[in-house]
Amino acid sequence: MRSPRAPRPHRPVRRRAARGAGAGWRAVPLALGLLLSFAGGAAQAADLSISCGALGQELRLCQDAVDAWSRKTGHRVQVVSTPNSATERLALYQQILAARSSDIDIMQIDVVWPGTLAPHLVDLSQYIGPGTTATHFKSLIDNDTVDGALVAMPWFTDAGVLFYRKDLLEKYNEPVPKTWTELTRIARRIQNAERAAGHARMQGFVFQAKGYEGLTCNALEWIDSFGGGTLVDDHGAITVDNPRAAAALDLAASWIGDIAPEGVLNYDEEQSRGVFQSSNAVFMRNWPYAWALANAEDSPIRGQVGVTALPAGGTDGHPSGVLGGWQLAVSKYSAHPALAADLVRHLTAASEQKRRAVIGAYNPTIPALYRDPEVLDAVPFFGQLYTSFEHAVARPSRITGSKYNRVSAAFYNTVHDILARRQPAEPQLRALAQRRLQRLSRDGQW
Amino acid sequence: MPAPRSRLARQRIRAAWWMLAPMLIVLLGVAGWPLARTIWLGFTEAGLADVEAPRFIGLTNYVYLLQDPDWWRAVRNTAVFAGASVALETALGLIIALSLNAHFRGRGALRAAILVPWAIPTVVSAQMWRWMFNDVFGVINHVLLAVHAIDTPIAWTASPDTALLSIILVDVWKTTPFMALLLLAGLQMLPQECFESARVDGVHPLKVFFRITLPLLKPALTVAIIFRVLDALRVFDLVYVISGNNRDTMSMSVYARQQLVDFQDVGYGSAAATLVFAIIALFTVIYLSASRAGREL
Repeated sequence: MRSPRAPRPHRPVRRRAARGAGAGWRAVPLALGLLLSFAGGAAQAADLSISCGALGQELRLCQDAVDAWSRKTGHRVQVVSTPNSATERLALYQQILAARSSDIDIMQIDVVWPGTLAPHLVDLSQYIGPGTTATHFKSLIDNDTVDGALVAMPWFTDAGVLFYRKDLLEKYNEPVPKTWTELTRIARRIQNAERAAGHARMQGFVFQAKGYEGLTCNALEWIDSFGGGTLVDDHGAITVDNPRAAAALDLAASWIGDIAPEGVLNYDEEQSRGVFQSSNAVFMRNWPYAWALANAEDSPIRGQVGVTALPAGGTDGHPSGVLGGWQLAVSKYSAHPALAADLVRHLTAASEQKRRAVIGAYNPTIPALYRDPEVLDAVPFFGQLYTSFEHAVARPSRITGSKYNRVSAAFYNTVHDILARRQPAEPQLRALAQRRLQRLSRDGQW
Repeated sequence: MPAPRSRLARQRIRAAWWMLAPMLIVLLGVAGWPLARTIWLGFTEAGLADVEAPRFIGLTNYVYLLQDPDWWRAVRNTAVFAGASVALETALGLIIALSLNAHFRGRGALRAAILVPWAIPTVVSAQMWRWMFNDVFGVINHVLLAVHAIDTPIAWTASPDTALLSIILVDVWKTTPFMALLLLAGLQMLPQECFESARVDGVHPLKVFFRITLPLLKPALTVAIIFRVLDALRVFDLVYVISGNNRDTMSMSVYARQQLVDFQDVGYGSAAATLVFAIIALFTVIYLSASRAGREL
């Protein structure tokens, strides 16, 4: 965190100058505006701060890219570390933004946040033209456009995928599962056989079932793959109380203590990766970032990991994956919005996204990169899962707007109860839909 | 009717107020103002995005709060946590204090060593225990399996049956040293004559403890317990690090934080925070009047 006491000479003066100039730029063409900003910035290097990633490889990748931009432009950029948990990061951003603080110029924001944070974010379309945005997935640009303003640029996308142990499936001569029922059978068989062979800690399947946003993602994937909808439909109607959703959750509840350890009820992404990567699980649901780490030099399961789309629910279901991913946004209270936008352009450009894909297996938001031979060489499953990423299922954050966090909390609490106490899903879902969500939605108005 | 004060006395009182003024102003600024603001926001429908002009809505927040089963679950969790952890800490702390009160070599070093759990920041020790409690690679399950105390690993922090229990255990581990030290200080101030005459009369040690030590130690014990209860009622960091917003373990403070920060509902969250404050204030008043009554007896 940047210390608020760090001496920053002449800052108020510069800020005023930058604001005054910013208002004028809107009238002049984009290119000229940027030229002016560089002419202005060249006299004195500016300080920017960016929040991107929290730890490990994610932070390092961002630091490298930011350093490259710094060398090119001569401006100093400080990488601010923020909490790893998304919920806590959002809370921090909201406190900073509500106080109109300029402490963080560029924020890495989750795919479900543009609606919540939009009033505090700069419209990037002043700085980044339609020629650039057209190269990104249209669904993401739409997601980041609030009331006609481009409040964030897509940086990397995500969809829930299934990781499996190739060596174990081969050893037991089992196929890659296509349905959840098949996954349940294979996981149980391999887990029990491996335990009998002396590997006492072996688990069949690990995922994220702690009471937090990650459980909302996991549970929506189960429900959607059974054809049970996505909690709230595009028109605001609450759809979660249906037999397919109940069937999906009943199946998931049967996993606890059978193919999944009971501890999964307190696992987030990293805890499940800890179990999978220490060679203690056959299957894992996670985001694609786990690929690079599972295949790192020091990983015990290096080279033995496969990735595929999440299984379908039943014979008439379909594979599903929840849309995740992160965007870069510029704070309205930034002293240097034009410079910040330029750094955002640099970080979201095809060359940088390619570097992140090759080194860190971060999914590009630019479709063309999914056909790039170097990218496919580093992360072979990108090509095969392209449609999963393109058609990932969005959480109902746009329709529920600022109430999304409450909707999500009501949902993951209900699912957690169903899993933890092995209660039948149907009455729980009815109570969720008719009591909690109905009250939150004010009868579908949101 | 008090006697009229002399000029000197009045001067001294005025001087005392001047001396106190800086501290009172600072206290008003850092404690009084935020508290007053939280109480005021509890009667409004302020949101995190629009703190500017919150609308007054009277007691609506409190009506909703008292109807929310999650709030009552949080109250119950907090009560169980406070009751169980303080009881265990008092019992264990008393045993440790009595042992440390005996004269033996290395007593000073042992007293310092026992403070280690108390010295570690709660967030760090909570995270440490979270790993130790892990059901797949945690050391606690490993040891229990090795000595055949259990057949299958227990998901300590995940199972609804053990989650609150494991949080209580971590708190006992962390805070027993504090309790022991407070009680040790109390023990060392006890008059030795009673113990000597009891020894001369050959009274059984257990009887000495219940008839002499405990009654004499009561004031110190009361202070220590009330300190711990006040602390335990506002528990936040331990619960939040170990199991987040899980409703099975959520304390009143975690509930208030979720409303304030996760849901951006500053009004409703402030109402919850105010209620936490009121409950703790109530306990303080009970303690103060009890101790005053004790002194007058």
